[in-house]
Amino acid sequence: MAEGKTQIAVLSGKGGTGKTMLSVNLAAAIENSLYVDCDVEEPNGHLFLKPSTENEKNVFVQHPKVCEQSCNGCRLCVKFCNFNALAYIQEKLMVFEDICHSCGGCALVCPQKAISEEDRTIGKISEGKSENVKVLTGVLNPGEQSGVPIISELVKMCRKEPGTTIIDCPPGSSCVVMDSIKDADYCILVAEPTIFGASNLEMVYELVKLFNKPFGVVLNKCLKDKNPAEEFCKEKGITVVGKIPFDHRLGKLNGDGQIAVRESKLYKKMFSDLYVRVAKEVKHEKVINP
Amino acid sequence: MKKLLILSGKGGTGKTTVASAFIKLHNAKVYADCDVDAPNLHLVTNQGIKPKNSDYYGLPKAKIDNLLCVRCGICMQHCRFDAIYKAEVYKVNEYQCEGCGVCELVCPNKAVTLQPDIAGQLTLYDDSEVFSTAQLKMGRGTSGLLVSEVKKQITSPSIKTDLAIIDGSPGIGCPVIASIKGVDMVLVVAEPSVSGLSDIKRIIKTAEKFQVKTALCINKYDLNLEKSKEIERYCDKKQIFFAGRIPFDDKAVKVVNSGKNIVDCDGEAAEAIKDIFNSVYGRINGYKHTPNED
Ligand code: SF4
Ligand code: SF4
Ligand code: SF4
Ligand code: SF4
Repeated sequence: MAEGKTQIAVLSGKGGTGKTMLSVNLAAAIENSLYVDCDVEEPNGHLFLKPSTENEKNVFVQHPKVCEQSCNGCRLCVKFCNFNALAYIQEKLMVFEDICHSCGGCALVCPQKAISEEDRTIGKISEGKSENVKVLTGVLNPGEQSGVPIISELVKMCRKEPGTTIIDCPPGSSCVVMDSIKDADYCILVAEPTIFGASNLEMVYELVKLFNKPFGVVLNKCLKDKNPAEEFCKEKGITVVGKIPFDHRLGKLNGDGQIAVRESKLYKKMFSDLYVRVAKEVKHEKVINP
Repeated sequence: MKKLLILSGKGGTGKTTVASAFIKLHNAKVYADCDVDAPNLHLVTNQGIKPKNSDYYGLPKAKIDNLLCVRCGICMQHCRFDAIYKAEVYKVNEYQCEGCGVCELVCPNKAVTLQPDIAGQLTLYDDSEVFSTAQLKMGRGTSGLLVSEVKKQITSPSIKTDLAIIDGSPGIGCPVIASIKGVDMVLVVAEPSVSGLSDIKRIIKTAEKFQVKTALCINKYDLNLEKSKEIERYCDKKQIFFAGRIPFDDKAVKVVNSGKNIVDCDGEAAEAIKDIFNSVYGRINGYKHTPNED
């Protein structure tokens, strides 16, 4: 890990907890940060940061293409494909692209060399700028099954970036989330003050523990009533790095696609302070766990 | 039996609250939670009985036998998912492995085999009501298949009912596609915000691909009236059935946290959900004219 380079991943058991709100505001509160939207199924960060588009590139996967003249119908490829993406119907090999995992096995197994591979676009990555924030956004095309190739590409691009990176992760705790936090130095888990919030928090908590990532919780939309997510943190001895109150004004700014940090000094201070606390935790982790 | 799927593009919009309210209102006999990554419906449906659990096997995982492996590295070169790495010996990272079997195919020494892998748990409450749910194991990818299993569990039982209610999963990827397949109608729960609007556009596009009838309602509509209007106009343009608006209700959080159903307490939100349910229910049954349907 290069000096001064820090990756912070923002997670939540589910969407709607304020993960994107927190990520974009943190990124905006830090000088020269990089914001990366890994929530490729529903990338929302750009709606707030409204970045310029400086560069755009498509992300491809490879899928098999059959040469009908060479194919003799032996069906070895069909038998091989563990995802049932191939079928030999009416003397013709059919490829179901949307369930193909692009493993390349069918091309290897075919004794007739009848299968070659072709690129297919599944989405894109755009690069842009929003004031002090550099923005990378991954977008999966609707109807595509898996955003993993886009996330892998985003992770690779992040490795080249200096400074502080904020990664807005997909919701949940599935494989796409694991790919997103692969390089993270620290994870922020965002939780809502409901029983759902606590249950979802528990899931991402298990995930970061499994991956041995240092982490802390931000409790969002806090009300006066009891907070099941906070109770969960107390019970497990989890560090709460921030508490954001339920606030109609913040909600409205957010709903309108504004960056709160850029609209008011008060919010600027709130998120800067939060970042300072997180940075302290990261430093601490780097010392005890280099 | 008609199947109504409730989706939201993203979580946190109140989808599960709406789903559980519908279950209560309809006194539903059959329902399911297809959010296998982060199921929540069981938290609010008060299942008293002990469920039947069964292991769900996902795709297999590769395993390398060290005694047979000659460390040639061919498997690592061919694995497209970076799942094989070299420590002292060659190893498979279980979280990266997709079970494609290419390594097994290329290994010159038969040192690789694919082993069955438990990728999650299917749960079925099968009493006077049928409730099907599941939990995917941490980091297991193929949740679409598990979603299909969850749905299968509600089609087999003997209970006769006219409407099954399915709580969907967030996103637009494979689990959502698996939950949309074969349902009669999708109800999208939208949130009146910039991101809410963007999310529903993507989810509606996905639903269009599968040619499923779509209805939409807005939750907490009064938190942002302009955005709510915008969503309504979008529905109008897309000829999506607009089922209604639910106001923000401070009490709702309290009610849900105490493990109660939102329709158990009086309030504007509860009333609105009742109206939405009635119109959606009418709508889903209004499609009787489609041929080849019972
Ligand atoms: S393995 Fe090759 S020859 Fe055999 S069916 Fe497949 S494409 Fe055709
Ligand atoms: S590339 Fe792999 S997943 Fe795709 S069809 Fe061939 S064997 Fe099946
Ligand atoms: S089964 Fe496929 S994904 Fe798994 S290690 Fe082998 S080649 Fe890689
Ligand atoms: S291909 Fe077979 S022998 Fe070669 S490194 Fe892999 S497991 Fe070992």
